[in-house]
Order: sequence, then structure tokens, then C-alpha cells
Amino acid sequence: MQLQTHFALFDEGSKKEIRRAILKGVAIPGYQVPFASREMPIARGWGTGGLQITLSIIGKQDVLKVIDQGSDESVNAVNIKKLVNKTTGVKTTIETSEATIIQSRHRIPEVPLTEEQIMVLQVPIPEPLRWVEPSEFKTKKLHAENDYSGAWLMLFEQIMKYGKTATDADHPVLVHDRYVMAPSPIPRFDNSKIHQSEALILFGAGREKKIYAIPPYTNVVSLAFEDYPFEVETFDGKQCRLCSATNVFLDELVNQETGSTEYQCNDTSYCLSMLNEDGITAEVEVAHAR
Amino acid sequence: MAYVAVKGGAEAIEESIKRLTYERIHANELLELETITATMRGMVDQVMSESSLYSEFLAAIAIKQSEGNVEEAVFLLRAHRSTLPRTYYTRVVETNTMAVERRISASFKDIPGGQILGASYDYTHRLMDFDLIGESKAGMKEWVSQFLSEEIETTTNPDLTTLPKVVEYLRGEKLFSQIEDDNTEPIDVTKQSLQFPTTRSERLQVLTRGQTGAVTSLGYAAIRGFGQVHPTVGELRVGKLPLWISHPTEQSDDEENDYYIGEIKVTEVESFVPVSVQNENNTEEMEFEIGYGICYGQNETKAIAISILDHSLEVGKKEYPTQDEEFVLLHIDSVESSGFISHLKLPHYVTFQSKLDSMRKIKKESEK
Repeated sequence: MQLQTHFALFDEGSKKEIRRAILKGVAIPGYQVPFASREMPIARGWGTGGLQITLSIIGKQDVLKVIDQGSDESVNAVNIKKLVNKTTGVKTTIETSEATIIQSRHRIPEVPLTEEQIMVLQVPIPEPLRWVEPSEFKTKKLHAENDYSGAWLMLFEQIMKYGKTATDADHPVLVHDRYVMAPSPIPRFDNSKIHQSEALILFGAGREKKIYAIPPYTNVVSLAFEDYPFEVETFDGKQCRLCSATNVFLDELVNQETGSTEYQCNDTSYCLSMLNEDGITAEVEVAHAR
Repeated sequence: MAYVAVKGGAEAIEESIKRLTYERIHANELLELETITATMRGMVDQVMSESSLYSEFLAAIAIKQSEGNVEEAVFLLRAHRSTLPRTYYTRVVETNTMAVERRISASFKDIPGGQILGASYDYTHRLMDFDLIGESKAGMKEWVSQFLSEEIETTTNPDLTTLPKVVEYLRGEKLFSQIEDDNTEPIDVTKQSLQFPTTRSERLQVLTRGQTGAVTSLGYAAIRGFGQVHPTVGELRVGKLPLWISHPTEQSDDEENDYYIGEIKVTEVESFVPVSVQNENNTEEMEFEIGYGICYGQNETKAIAISILDHSLEVGKKEYPTQDEEFVLLHIDSVESSGFISHLKLPHYVTFQSKLDSMRKIKKESEK
């Protein structure tokens, strides 16, 4: 029986087809391009969209980093990295600056990205209007007609109900003054990193069969009202318990001995490099991966 | 290097996978693939149907690998399927050439060609057969030779590959409108993602690869009250269909040059659904329409449910969820639904932290 898999799993025809969808996405920033999403050896909803993008753009010279919710060592990140490495043999890294392709679920690294890098984000629900309109047929029309009143109303209703907007991750953004886009469930903290990003950012939704993109140096604005400006998660007065970093997205942890709340960098590789710079020895734990 | 990184993830995964293998083989019982294909007909058929890949052999490997977990077996086959090049499409298959093994009609007692019960659970009492505890190969052999030696009195019509369709009879009676053949090339849903509104070819493809349970449940809902289909099974057939592909290089489209590539077993259902239509004199008349269902293997409940949903979506008034193509077609795929449900097991602590932040700020706001 033949068991030899092709470089990066896909046949070249499939890769080309996916790259065509990517190119269309780059040409129309923020527009969701339908594509013939394949079933992958990992589950739908576990990053198959991101994985299909990564596999169709990766070359032998690339260096790959995969993170899941900020961590390189999270089980799913490890699994995806393993699969790509097994089918391509490319080098993998946890160092953000070393990577040429970074596939991530729900986080953009703290280290600023460069023109030499491509960021691939995994997307569960690519449609920013899905919560106000369940029908794909109708949301497609709303995008075409530039009718985003649903998204604005959602924010307005939150203000009426709670006195402020109450979005969490996946706060919708307006891309290049045209398409409203779901930035994938990254925290609001990361939204600003998409604006005028030096790196190309690609979004892949495997189950929903959509690909979209933010080309480098594109204007990306988080939806907000003038009198109710966009707010990110705040960690005022808090710092990482290991590397003392501030101005980063922190995980909230409970110290099991003292019962007190502590904070730690969510971006584990950033935390390690900070520690490395200071020559501190510490154990950076990945709690959920144990 | 000054730091110590706890490389928990990779090791934990390796150990978990080992544990899984242990669960499968620790009892030291070997399950032969032949045993699966020979004895697990229902499961093999279901797996082939939901993964939309017709291979009993590959289905058996998937079933073995997944320890009989159908959802997992379907997943394995689908993932394998997407690595296979699709070089040919077969010629259009006319199902009246089916080598029929079973064929029933709930509409007429005497259908041309007769009712053929074939193999079915329908007429069994669902009583546990405790004799199976001590079943032996010798006993099986004896039963089979006894069965094969029984004299079968054949009545009429022995040619099972040319049975007429029940619907033809009703068409003769003008109870079905004559509809022109639609020979538009079908859209391959695995090569082009669904765009709404869909075509019937797309709907039937998605329905036939749908999860048996999901398709059955929605079909049930449509006839129970959340839909407007009240079908009669006009004809249900189980049998084998021959497949042909045209000569890949030959310029002429001569069917004489076709290649026979094998046969597939399918269940096919034509449901008759009464509808009222307006005639030329502007008065209402009753007429029948057809709901069509077909799937790999012998999956009769699924095929009937497909025929119900086919008609339901063809009407498409959206009065009921079962008439809403987005509701039905986007939620019945086993790999998609199980994948998204199971992704909830992935860590969500960044998104959760973001939610916490939002809730705390609202709380602070209201306390002001």
C-alpha cells in the first residue's frame, strides 16, 4: 500500500487552489473568500482553516511557530506543529522573531511582527454579523450593501444595558474603511496589533470554509462610538510574577499555596525571552498541558 | 541558558496516545479486518455513507483503528479522502439498472415486478438472541448449507436488473407531472463550498454524507410537526449499481469504450408527497411530488429521511427549520458538528480572561 504523503500533505493542485483564495483575500482586505475547505487529520474547529493556509504557503526554507492561546506548548499547538513538521520537515521554533510563519489560535505575539513574517490565525466563526443574523445568505448581502447597522446596534444595546460596551474577545473591526471583519477571538488587547501591521495576516476558518486577509500596512479600526471609545483589557498595577513584564496580556492564576491571585505573561515564549535577558532561572509552567 | 521551560505539552500528548493504544490492544484480542467486513455490515455501511468514501476495506481499517467509534472512523476516512486525487467522474447511473436485493413499496401492494423483502430487520422480533453466546463456526456452516439447499419456488420476473420504477406507473396515470430531465452538471460540494441558495445536486450530496442520526432526527421532525411533508414510501430499493467511466483519452464519447470500474451497494428511496397545485382553470388539484434519497450501503432509515428532507428543502418556504437549507445542510455533517462541539475541550483562557475583564468593568460601572 502506498503510504508516502506529499510535501505538506496536500497535492499541489489543492495548495494552488487555497493560495488563490488567499490572494483574493489579500486583494480585498477583510472580505471573506469561500474556499473548498478539506477535511484534515485534525478535527474541524481545532485549527483546520489555519492549518490549510499554513500547509499551502509553507516552503522548505520556512521556520514555523505554532501557538494556542499564547502558548507554544499547549497540546493543540504541539499537535499542529508535529503534523506540519512530519509532512514538511521544516524547522520549528518557539522564538517569535525566528519564525517566518506563525500559526496561532486567539493570540498575536507580544513581540512586534515584521515584513518577513506571515501570521496565520485560526478562526471559529468568521462572520462578524453571525450573532445578529444566523443566515449566511443574508449576512453576505449585508456585507455587499455595506450595511453594518447590526454590528453597531449590538454595541449600542450593550451600552444601553450595561452602561458600556461589553464585548470580550473577537471585537469586530472595520478594515480599510470597507469590510467589517471578525479578527478571530483574540483579546481586544491584540486588536491594535492588526492595525498597520508590518506582517501579512491571514485568517482561516476550516469548518466555515472561509479565508480572509489583512495585507501589511492596512488600516484596521475597532468598532466604537466617539463618546464610548474602544477599551482593551486592563491589567493596571499588575505585572508578570516571573519576568515582571507590564503592558502585556496576562493570565490570571491562583497560587495554590497562598490562595492569592497572581499574574503571568500569557505569551510564554515572550516571558522566557524576558527571563533570558535578565539571566533569571525560573520554571515557566504551562498549566493546562500537564 | 538561564531558564527552564517546562516542556509539558509534547510529552503529555505522547503518553496520552500510548494510553489510547493500550486501551485498544491490552486485552490481547486480535480483530481481523475480514471479521469486520464479514460481520459488521451495518457499521461498515454507515461509516462509508457518512464519510462518502466507498471502500469496505478502508472502512474496516478505520473501524478497527477507532475501536468501533463511528464518529472517529468517519473522521479518519474523510481525512484520508481529502488526500486522494479525484481523477474521474463516473457516467450517470440509471438506478433502474440496479441489481435489486430488496425492494418494497408502501404505496401499492402489487407493484410491477413484485415486492422483494430481501434481508431486513423489519420483520424480526427484537428479542435478544442468547444463542449467539455459544455460536460456533460448525453451526454457522450447517445453517448456511441447509439454507442454500432449500428449494426456492420462483414465481415470475426473475430479472432483477430491469425492474420498473413504481413512479412510472403513477406517471402513466398522470398523477405526477412530467418533468424534463435536468442534465446540468452537478456541483461537487467537496470542490466548491456551499453558496446559498443551493442547487438540488448540492443538497442531495450534503444529505447523503450527513450523519445518520442527525439526518434521521431532522427528517423525523419534518414529518412529526415541524415541517409539511407527509410522505408515502413509493419505492425503497437496496441493491448494487454498476459504475462506468468514459475512456480518458478517447475523443469520441462512445459508451462502447467505457470502462467498468465496479459496483456499489446503495439504498434508494422515492417518497411520494401529496401537494396541491393550481391547474389551468385556476382551481386547486392534488398531485404527487417526489422526495428522493440515496446513500451508500443498506441504510434505509437514513435514505427515507433524506427523501423527506430533500422534498422539505425543495419546498423551502422556511416556515419550519426543516425547510431552511442553511439550518439543515450546515449542521448535519458528522465531522463538522463533532469537531466544533469537541473544540470546546480546548483551553479558552485568553478568551475567558477577556470576558472576565469585561464583566468586572461592568460590575464596577454599576457599583458607581
